[in-house]
Amino acid sequence: MRVAARLRPDWIGLVLAVTLAVAIIGPMLVVGLWAFAEVWRYPSLLPTEWGLRYWGMTLGRADVWTALATSLQLSFVVTLASAVICLPAAYAFARLDFPGRNLFFLSFLSIQAFPRFGLLITIATIFLSLGLVGTFWGVAIIQLVNTLMFMIWIPTAAFQGVDRRLEEAARDVGAGPVRVFWSVTLPQALPAIVAAIMLTFVGTFYETEGAWLIGAPHVRTMPILMISFINNQLVIQLGAVLSVLLWVPSFVFLLAARRYLGPQGLGRGLGG
Amino acid sequence: MAKLELRGLGKVFGATVAVDAFDLTVADGELVCLLGPSGSGKSTVLRMIGGFETASTGAVLIDGQDVTRLPPERRPTSMMFQSHALWSHMTVGGNIGFGLRLRRLPRAEIARKVGEALALVGLAGMAERRTDQLSGGQQQRVALARSLVLEPKILLLDEPFASLDQHLRERLREEVRDLQQRLGITMVFVTHGQDEALALADRIVVMRDGVMQQVDRPDRLYRQPRTPFVAGFIGQMNLIAVEVAGGQIRHPAFDAAAPVADGPALLAVRPEAVELQPGRGAGRVHRVTDFGSHAVVEIDLPDAGRIKALRPDVPAAAPDTAVTILPRRYHLYREDRMIWSSDTVTGEVAHA
Repeated sequence: MRVAARLRPDWIGLVLAVTLAVAIIGPMLVVGLWAFAEVWRYPSLLPTEWGLRYWGMTLGRADVWTALATSLQLSFVVTLASAVICLPAAYAFARLDFPGRNLFFLSFLSIQAFPRFGLLITIATIFLSLGLVGTFWGVAIIQLVNTLMFMIWIPTAAFQGVDRRLEEAARDVGAGPVRVFWSVTLPQALPAIVAAIMLTFVGTFYETEGAWLIGAPHVRTMPILMISFINNQLVIQLGAVLSVLLWVPSFVFLLAARRYLGPQGLGRGLGG
Repeated sequence: MAKLELRGLGKVFGATVAVDAFDLTVADGELVCLLGPSGSGKSTVLRMIGGFETASTGAVLIDGQDVTRLPPERRPTSMMFQSHALWSHMTVGGNIGFGLRLRRLPRAEIARKVGEALALVGLAGMAERRTDQLSGGQQQRVALARSLVLEPKILLLDEPFASLDQHLRERLREEVRDLQQRLGITMVFVTHGQDEALALADRIVVMRDGVMQQVDRPDRLYRQPRTPFVAGFIGQMNLIAVEVAGGQIRHPAFDAAAPVADGPALLAVRPEAVELQPGRGAGRVHRVTDFGSHAVVEIDLPDAGRIKALRPDVPAAAPDTAVTILPRRYHLYREDRMIWSSDTVTGEVAHA
């Protein structure tokens, strides 16, 4: 009897799940189908001719490969630099008491409060005089600014969420301060830090405004290439193929971080 | 397995004095409870022993060696925290073995010691479990095993059972007491529960506002509370303001001998030391509560005060019946110090 009761489907949950799936997966599915369609005219429900012609066309272009390489390089460099700069800062915000701490913390977040484009243009004029416009490092720096919020905010909350008694217990059994950080504080905060790193990586990978304003025309990332594709000739399939290509890195990243990204893991990391 | 000495230990946080001139010597194998209301500084004393707070003044000595300036990791103490403080990213075995790994013991030895420690706390074979798969009581046992496995000279416990339910708490404290006696370990235990202190401790330190009020064996503390605060904090106590004149307590409801100088005083008498005689007298029965094993009679005094008396039987006294109150064993306090006690003999005989 009890088993039967437990197996009875939860109808409201099912309806919600289906609605969400249609809303989220639906558009992705359409884009995915377009990438493999050669002819797809109204009112056919599915493409009438399938093929990999546009994949060949897209992958045959040298600029696609350069852009992909540029994007991946940028994302890795920016994520790494952001982690190196922000994680110690986050720890300091969470655990150390220094004058102006709150003001400093707020100033990091206030970057998000400015209209982004205005900020970018101001920075662009400065970069112009420094000779950074159109260079890889110029784009890297501008994207670094965008990552500050995730990489400071989330890890700070995560470090604050680590119970001090856990650290004291580690000191108690013989661990020095550095060992406590590596063996207790960091592992405890890790789920949230992994989430922050992932958001930073994916965010950088898809960032368009800064990359376009500072990087053009020499540095072309994947999203910028996609824009130029769409601007030059509107071939749906080309856009769809690029979309699928763009989607791959973040999907791989998500899979890799899956272990850390359960709602519980993230919640615990954030001190919930 | 060590002697602990605290000499003039003090801690100041900003402008507040958390602990003031704290002197205590804990003998080898002794279990001492620090007892007091929250904010009395008992946890601060414990944390200074463990090295989690640096003493503002005074010194901590373990086996004669000054450890006042040493960080926790270099002290031969081990602390059990209120919230077990287990590391959720490690297994049970990982938690217990962490300290041993830091000491670079061989793997086989670590495994053996972890197994032994788990067996000691009654959790044999649970080394591979995750900490969140355990019940609250089991988690505290793991925390205890984590402390014991390093064979600390002194074990410190900071209200370790506060978050557990009554039955579990009582069982665990019996187990801790048994282990402590079996291993002969020196232990300092912080609690705000007097039952816990009375049940566990060889000696109890009662604290208030960072100041030590009294250090004594549980029975002495109960029978000879040196200050009104201790009298009121340990067990039930009737505290009544009285006037002493000519060697007698002058109170509208009762008389009793008081061989002290004339003047105001505070009378402390336990409910079980209040004898009642029905009829006559200035006391009026307010209420009788039957607890099964005993009854508590509350009596209104003519001066609007109230006194409790504990009777082994349930008296058939209706409310408002007149009773005579006869305090049998009592203490007198003046200016926060005990000036006279009729209970000296009992306390001494019990431990002769």
